[in-house]
Amino acid sequence: MQHGKYRFIAGFLVVPLAIYGVFVVSPFVQAIYYSFTNWTGLSSKFKMTGLKNYQRLWDDELFWKALGHNLLLLLVLPLVTLGLGLFFAFMLNVGGRRRKNAAVAGVRGSGFYKIVYFFPQVLSIAIVALLFKFAYNPNSGAINSFLDAIGLGSLHPDWLGDPDLALWCVTAVMVWSNVGFYVVLFSAGMSAIPKDFYEAALLDGANRVQTFFRITLPLLWDTVQTGWVYMGIMALDGFAVVQIMMDGPGPDYSTEVLTYYLYTKAFTDGQAGYATALGVALLIVTMVFAGIVMKLGRRERLEY
Amino acid sequence: MGSTSEFSRRDLIKRAAALGLVAVPAMSALSACASGGDDDDAKPDKPAGGGGGAGEMKPLKVNASAPLDVVIFDGGFGQQYAKDAEAEYKKAYPQAEIKHTGTQDIAPQIQPRFNGGTPPDLIDNSGAKQMDLGTLVGLKQLTDLNALLDAPSLDDPKKKVRDTLRPGVVEMGQFDGDEVWVFYYAYTVYGVWYSKTNLEKLDAQYPETWDEMLKLCEKAKKKGIAGWTYAGQHPYYIPFSLYPFIAKIGGTEVLDRIDNLEPDAWKHPAVKAAFEAYYELYKKGYILRGTAGLDHIQSQTAWNEGKALFIPNGSWVENESKKMTPKDFRMAVGAPSSLDKSDKMPFGTLWASGGEPFIVPKNAKNAQGGMELLRIMLGKKSTQNFIKAVSSLTSLNGGTEGLTLPPGLASSQEALTKAGRNVVNPRLQDWYVSLQKEKIGKAALGLMMDGRLTPDEAIKKIQKYTDDTRKDDSVKKYKHK
Repeated sequence: MQHGKYRFIAGFLVVPLAIYGVFVVSPFVQAIYYSFTNWTGLSSKFKMTGLKNYQRLWDDELFWKALGHNLLLLLVLPLVTLGLGLFFAFMLNVGGRRRKNAAVAGVRGSGFYKIVYFFPQVLSIAIVALLFKFAYNPNSGAINSFLDAIGLGSLHPDWLGDPDLALWCVTAVMVWSNVGFYVVLFSAGMSAIPKDFYEAALLDGANRVQTFFRITLPLLWDTVQTGWVYMGIMALDGFAVVQIMMDGPGPDYSTEVLTYYLYTKAFTDGQAGYATALGVALLIVTMVFAGIVMKLGRRERLEY
Repeated sequence: MGSTSEFSRRDLIKRAAALGLVAVPAMSALSACASGGDDDDAKPDKPAGGGGGAGEMKPLKVNASAPLDVVIFDGGFGQQYAKDAEAEYKKAYPQAEIKHTGTQDIAPQIQPRFNGGTPPDLIDNSGAKQMDLGTLVGLKQLTDLNALLDAPSLDDPKKKVRDTLRPGVVEMGQFDGDEVWVFYYAYTVYGVWYSKTNLEKLDAQYPETWDEMLKLCEKAKKKGIAGWTYAGQHPYYIPFSLYPFIAKIGGTEVLDRIDNLEPDAWKHPAVKAAFEAYYELYKKGYILRGTAGLDHIQSQTAWNEGKALFIPNGSWVENESKKMTPKDFRMAVGAPSSLDKSDKMPFGTLWASGGEPFIVPKNAKNAQGGMELLRIMLGKKSTQNFIKAVSSLTSLNGGTEGLTLPPGLASSQEALTKAGRNVVNPRLQDWYVSLQKEKIGKAALGLMMDGRLTPDEAIKKIQKYTDDTRKDDSVKKYKHK
């Protein structure tokens, strides 16, 4: 019987595994192979150059600058996005005033807020980036108009034109467009936590901050961890926002990120071999990041 | 002094023409090779014929029934002009099926087709995502267009296509040898763009000297109008007026040395003088507030709204900002003002050159057809259609007779006439794209015009980027002849 079972399972797995092999694994292998060549991307002729691309990468100032920006995003983006997501979700589900017959409740109008938060998620990132590009227009954009209106017109930042601000402007847009998803995700997680826990804590005299750190966060840890990995991958990408809002690496390469640099090398400089080497570097960084998060985040699982 | 390169350019035309005569047999062999290529399924070239009126010339021996695959950059000029020319092609070769693709994503869409060996027959390789021409040439991926240039022109069979073009256009398409790999269809006039109406409101004329420029900006400032704005997010628009300014001060050889990536090319006193003049615009507060954060459309809009008087731009701006431009704007282009009396070139010195690079891939199935379409596009009918539709000049010399030109285009025409032989053509933006756009533009000039770098710091930075590019063996190098 056992044999038959395995054959049965294998029969179902063969097709998906083959598809996975052809469309997911083989491009990776191919990319790694191309990273050892001087392929231009414009003709199918190329030569093996060994580790030359990687040597060049090591000495490439711009690569390090782009990587630095990615790592900065990697720290800031998940922290801010997930922090805000957790805070909003907590307020929507647990943070409200106590009402009759309910141990915990969200702030008033929480159903409406949930929709508002989720709204950016249904917009394509292209639309979001374009929208913010207009909002950041120093002269007629919404943000500076708002500053004018509240009497801070003299500040008048150039936003996307300012090398010290540009990367933060991009980060803000990425946070804005992602927070809603995590509010909904964490809300779902929180509603699965039994209400008795909160009741007990409240009877013991715990305040909102304590219930959050002692009950909500620990019980939500798995979800947070998954969110962290997802957000990290977003931070390592960031291509669409940079491409649309900055149309390039920004003033003084202030918003250069690995994906955009890779794209430039592959499609404007005709150095596809070097671009694949960049891609391999990006792959390594992503794997290291995922590994670290998984290792650090391992905790005992609570069952309830 | 400044006209030396102009002479050599003229010599070049003669030389190229002579070579063309000698090379006709070789050329036809080459082009046969191009259409045959290494594809097995390419049909043998049949002699011309098939459809079309009898007695019509088919000098390029186009296979009348071969399909034609055209890709057009759908940017400032749109794609209608190409569709109209394709209709003409269809008239001449009714059996040919024409596949037209309009896109802004040239490289991502077309590059894989090159790589796979099935490129289109004619490509307008333009826009922010154009493919690197130097690389395409270096890899021998393009068809030599001398066959087209030596074919009789559409309107006057006694003249070759080559002899109907504006000066400098053919040479722009050459790289190392005499082959012409790229054909620039549009003809762009770069410079300082302004509104005659807005200057009149200030009782002013276009300033011919830098002192007048500063005075006019001061006057405008008092009325709450900025002197200048520019595409802050794309500061590589600043060179459109800055480079000819440098040439005017120090002669064209300064620009040639910059194009040749020579050591210390940027340390020439003319460069410093020009940078300092522009930096003064920032220091005196003559630049529209917030300019550094504007992209090209936003800065053009601010300029159209009269918030700033001047903007460095190219002649496509008239078509691109058509919807924004007030009716009585009277758009015009000015050549760089004179810095002082010791300028090497006279007032009127201008940057003008071919735009919209068209290429015929070497492995194209119907390369002859691609060239034939270009020949049709260079006929009077298509040219006038282009001029009327997108208000830009074409590489065909003239073609504007009998047309009422929109103000910006008329002014470009005038500026060209006034410049005469003093037309410069810096090649940095075609030869070294990322050096020009991201390094010189975004990482130096943009910062300088925003007061974050002094002219000296900017020059130092640019020189270092130039040196890096010279030493980078993954970038193909070109030189002025």
